[in-house]
Formats: sequence, structure tokens, C-alpha cells
Amino acid sequence: MHIQEEYSQRHVLSLTVSNEAGILARIAGLFTARGYNIDSLTVADITDDHAISRITIVTGGPPKVIDQIIAQLDRLVPVHKVTDLTEAGPFVERELALVKVAGTGEDRIEALRLADVFRAKVVDTTIGSFIFEITGTTEKIDNFVALMRQIGLVEVGRTGVVGLIRGKDAN
Amino acid sequence: MAEKSGADILVECLVDLGVEVVFGYPGGAVLPIYDALYNHPTIRHVLVRHEQGATHMAEGYARSTGKPGVVLVTSGPGATNAVTGITDALLDSIPMIVITGQVPTQLIGTDAFQEADTVGITRHCTKHNYLVKDPGKLAGVVHEAFHIATTGRPGPVVVDIPKNVQIATAPYARPELKVHASYHPQTKADAAAIDAAVEMLAAAERPILYTGGGVINSGPQASALLRELVALTGAPVTSTLMGLGAFPASSDQWLGMLGMHGTYEANWAMNQADLILCIGARFDDRVTGRLDAFAPNSKKVHIDIDRSSINKIVDVDVAVVADVASALDDMIALWKQRGHQQADLGEWWARIAGWRARKSLDFAENGAEIMPQRAIADLYKACRATGKDVIITTEVGQHQMWAAQHFGFEAPNKWLTSGGLGTMGYGFPAAIGAQMGNPDSLTICVAGDASVQMNIQEMGTATQYRLPVKIFILNNEYMGMVRQWQELTYESRYSNSYSDSLPDFVKLGEAYGWTGIRIEGPQELEAGIRQMIETPGPVIVDCRVAKLSNCFPMIPSGAAHTEMLLDPSQVEGVMSDEAKALV
Repeated sequence: MHIQEEYSQRHVLSLTVSNEAGILARIAGLFTARGYNIDSLTVADITDDHAISRITIVTGGPPKVIDQIIAQLDRLVPVHKVTDLTEAGPFVERELALVKVAGTGEDRIEALRLADVFRAKVVDTTIGSFIFEITGTTEKIDNFVALMRQIGLVEVGRTGVVGLIRGKDAN
Repeated sequence: MAEKSGADILVECLVDLGVEVVFGYPGGAVLPIYDALYNHPTIRHVLVRHEQGATHMAEGYARSTGKPGVVLVTSGPGATNAVTGITDALLDSIPMIVITGQVPTQLIGTDAFQEADTVGITRHCTKHNYLVKDPGKLAGVVHEAFHIATTGRPGPVVVDIPKNVQIATAPYARPELKVHASYHPQTKADAAAIDAAVEMLAAAERPILYTGGGVINSGPQASALLRELVALTGAPVTSTLMGLGAFPASSDQWLGMLGMHGTYEANWAMNQADLILCIGARFDDRVTGRLDAFAPNSKKVHIDIDRSSINKIVDVDVAVVADVASALDDMIALWKQRGHQQADLGEWWARIAGWRARKSLDFAENGAEIMPQRAIADLYKACRATGKDVIITTEVGQHQMWAAQHFGFEAPNKWLTSGGLGTMGYGFPAAIGAQMGNPDSLTICVAGDASVQMNIQEMGTATQYRLPVKIFILNNEYMGMVRQWQELTYESRYSNSYSDSLPDFVKLGEAYGWTGIRIEGPQELEAGIRQMIETPGPVIVDCRVAKLSNCFPMIPSGAAHTEMLLDPSQVEGVMSDEAKALV
């Protein structure tokens, strides 16, 4: 007998939660306890009084599992609202990355040229290296990092995804 | 405003919230609270022998009275010992508040003596939990904790209080209840869902009501409404283990329990129904059997207060997210308003009669040894004859299933068992808790020789508080259910399932100041049970039953409702790896 894997679809979930001790552990732990995946998770408080935080989670699973994830998150006491941006869309999603690239000569010039194409900014430079700041979708950053890997990628830091529904209404 | 210590604030809150009994065990980190409880005029403290016992007592108290159970334990080992009972309460949706002591705030995180990360450890086995670092916030938290534990889908809530917060003072006045703005369980169903449910029920040709613990949790009103709906529709009723008693076992419309050890008629009716109305149950794997063969030709309506239960295991056609009593009330009102009449279910009932004729709960007797099923049946008969209010608790295993099959329950809150977590060691402390809440009831723990030893230390608790609980052990010298599965799947290799070195239960009872009775054979059974019931004070009965009898009917794991084993002759002794890998 072998363990079978299920097919999975990417979803971006946006949660508003009370900004209280343990809330992140509660949510992250729910995912591990019930065997759900977290591809990325971002969190920061979003109100004047620091009472509410927004958590954006990129997860994956068949529709039934996504539905369960939302229902399970929704019943945590400090969770105010869970929105599946992928279902509720259209929505904007962005991720920020810092990408350190080392190289000299033609590599260095090519790195700058590619950064320009991707609208990445140089935020630090030495004679032998750059750190680029790039924002965009996960896919755009993946592509940029893949190109830089061929030139002289040293290391990458990524924030994970934040997202909001398009249009004038809050969700 | 007068200042009070955190410990005094806590006790004031418990009084304001109507708490009469606390099950607990003292220790360093709760000494201030114990001092506040010293000679308290209204709160009774039950000193347990192990913290797990306290949690199951609180569960038994809660399940039998409808009030939340309250537990008080110290930090570190006190809290970790409570974790099994807390998890049990989560799985069976039992309202419980567990107050844990914690090391002082300045020592948290330093691996201080008896420090454990209680909120971390209990985060995923509670409905919610708190670490209170400010005595000024304690009252608000305690009131919110009770509210969360008892509303929506009930469950356990832990309040962890560092020792310095118990000593420090803050102004105190009875707080207004302020609950998290995000906590709003839905108790009233959407009208459209009720409409769809009623119309489907009225149109069904082969309906069945599948009820669960949610009916009990919803309160006695829900059981009364269930009976009314059953009378209106003429439909048959089955129930999960947790729901027994919500509908009277003496009714003609009762099919018995369903699931792994349910009756032939209940499981076949589920399989052949064209409409399943699930009321406060959650399609547990012990109920559904093999999922792709579960009730293949039926529409399904699911009433549940917890939206995450809907479509979790089985996809349903109509979801009614609501408190059971509220939803049933709405359904009955609409049924009457629409002038629906009972459909002609004659053909359906005729098929059910055919399944009933298999008499799936019958068992063979040889006259030489006591069959465990007979022991339960005789216990039931004797209990009924007393005319008393009877509460039955169980441990976990074969005896639990036999009790569910052969003891008939007529009313809710009289059957206390560990369903979801399946906790051996639950039943006896639960009986103590139930007896505390129901001093005049005849409270009997049906136990197995292995399970009963898991919290047997609580015999001292029953003695101390003069609680006349009875323990009725079906002693077959095995972990019977483990042995049964070894016979089914591992060619009877009895790996570690023999109960070696059992104590002399009669002498053990006497050592604790109880009455001990041994029942050796069929001719002693009736008299032994009568003696147990008539003896005042706590009694332990060592009822020696047939050692190798197994619990039938049974749907083996990975099998469908239609593939029930009715007797031992159908057991093959081997299983595929796929079936073995299932729980």
C-alpha cells in the first residue's frame, strides 16, 4: 500500500483577526493540526488602535478542503472574517522580495538590464554585488529570481503575499 | 471601588456565574485560589486523586446537568494531566472551564519549577484559551470564558492564571459581559434552508432521522421537539452513540444505534433511505463506514450549529446552520403551517420490519458462563424495576458498545460516554461528576476490567464525598476490543491485549471502604445486580463474563453499511492493508 497525494489548487485567503497574543500560533497551528498547507503567510496590524490585524495566507487544496479551511478558520474566536480572494476576486496580490546578486563585468551589466525590465530597484550596491528590491506577483518574482540564478544569485528574502479585492468596497 | 486580589476576583466570578461545584487538585501555583476557596459558603470543591479525573468529573457533571463543568488545577503537571479530559470535552462538545495556575509572569519562559506552556499545549484542544496577565482583566475573561464554553457548539475553555496575578489586586465590580466582536455563533437557521428541509421531508418516501449529541447539547427542549417531529412525520429514527436518549428506545419508530456496532435495521435503513435528516451529528467515520458506499441514493439535510461540520466528510444537499432546538422548532412550525400530512410510509416500514427480523442484537448463550450482553440486559431490567432516575456512564471498549446496544434510554442526559476521543478512564470519574450533580440518581459506571484501571484512584474521591456510585465491571480479562480487532485483522495474535495481574476488585473496593461484590456465573447475576443497586454507598461489582465473546453486529473498518458482520462465523481473520490502515 502507498500513500496517495491529492490534487491541489492555489487559493489566497485574507483574514481579519483580533490582534492578541497567540493569534498567529492559533492559525498556524490549525493548519498543521488539520494537515493543510501554508505556502506563505503575512501578518501586520491594520487599524489606528492596533486592535485588528490582516493575515494573508496562500494555501492549496481541492475545493472541499479549501471550504473546510475557511470554515475552520472562521470558528476561531478571535477571527473576524475570512475571505477567499481567489473565489471573491478579482483581486490584487503583491509580494516584495530582496534579491542579492554577485558578479562582475558583463554579468553585472546584465543584472542591471534585467532589473530594469522587471522594474526592480537597486537598494544596495558594492563593487561586486547588488541588492534588488522587486514587487509583484509571486510568479513575477519567481521569474526574476530564476533569471538571477543564472547570473550569480546569492540569497533571497521574500515577504509572502498580501492581497486586496479590487473596487471600492472593503471586505 | 474596592480592590480585590486576583484569586478573590476569580472566586467572586464563579459565584456570580452560578458555579456550585469545582473539581480540582491544589498545588503551588494555585495556592492563592485555594485559600480564597477555603471554607467558601457556596462553592463545593471536590478533591480528586488525579487531574484527569477532575476533567472527566466535570464532563459527567456537565453532560448530566446541562451546566458547565469547572476544573481547577495547578501549573505544569496539573495542567498537562488535564489535557486528555480537555481534548475529550472538545471532541464531544462538552461545556467545561478549566482554571490552571501558572508560574508568576516574571518567570514565564524560564523553565521555572512546574512550568509548562499551558496555553500553547491546550491551544488546539480547547474551543478557546487565555493567559491572564492582569488581575484587572480577569473578571472579564472569566465571564467570557463561560459564555464561549456554553454557547454555540459547546466546548472546553482554559484560563491560565499566573500566581502573581492571583495575589495582585485590582478594582472589582461584577463585569458586563463583553465578548469578542468576532464571536457570533449562528443559532437561528436561514428561512430558505428550513423551507427546503421541510419540503424534502414531506416529499420523502424513505426518510430517516439520524440524530446525534447535538440534540442533547441543545437542551431538553430539543429532545421534546425531536419527538414531536417524529410523531408528525412518522419517520424512523436512529442515533449516534452520543445521541442516545434524545429519542426513547421504547418507541416503535426507534431503530437503535447506527454505525460500526449499530443495528442491522439502522444501518440498512441509512443505506436505502431516499432522505437522511441529520440532526446534530457529524458523519463520523464510526457512523459512515466506507464513504463511497454511504447512503448512496439519498438526499441529505444536515442541521448543525458548527458550519465546519457541514460537508466536512459527507456532502449534503441542504445545510441548516442552527441550534437544533431552534431549527426543529422552525421546521415543525412550517410543517404545520403548510398543512403537511404524514406520508404513507407503509412500504418503507415493511422493509424495515424485514431488517428488524434479523434480530441483529441477539446472542447465543450456553448457560455456563455469563454473556456480557446478558449482564447489560439484566442490569437494564433491574434499573427499570427500581423506578429511579438512572444515569449510566461507560469506559471505552466492548462493554461500552454492549451497553449502548442493550441498555435502553428514554431521556436525554442519562447516558454519558466518551464518543469522539474514545477515552478509557472516562466513565468512572464521569459517574462521580454526574452523582455530584444528581445526588438522588442511581449512577452506574459500566466498565471493562482494563478501562476501569485507568482512573481507579478516584475510588478515594467517591469515598470521601459519600457518593453512592456503582461500578459494574464486565470482566473478561482482556482489552476486549483490542483482542476483537486482533481476531479480525491479525489472525488472533493477541499482542499485549490480555489483562494480566488484575487486582482482586472486591478486596480493592473493601480497601477503599466500598462494598465489593463478585458475580461468578449466570445463577448469581440477577441477585448480584440487585445487591449492587440495593446496597447504600459506593459498590464495585466484578462480573465475570465469557472471556472471548465479541461485539456484533459490526461493520469492519473500510466496509459499507451493507457489509455488516452479524456473528463470529463471518470473521475471516485477515484484512487487506487498505482496511488495516483505517482507524
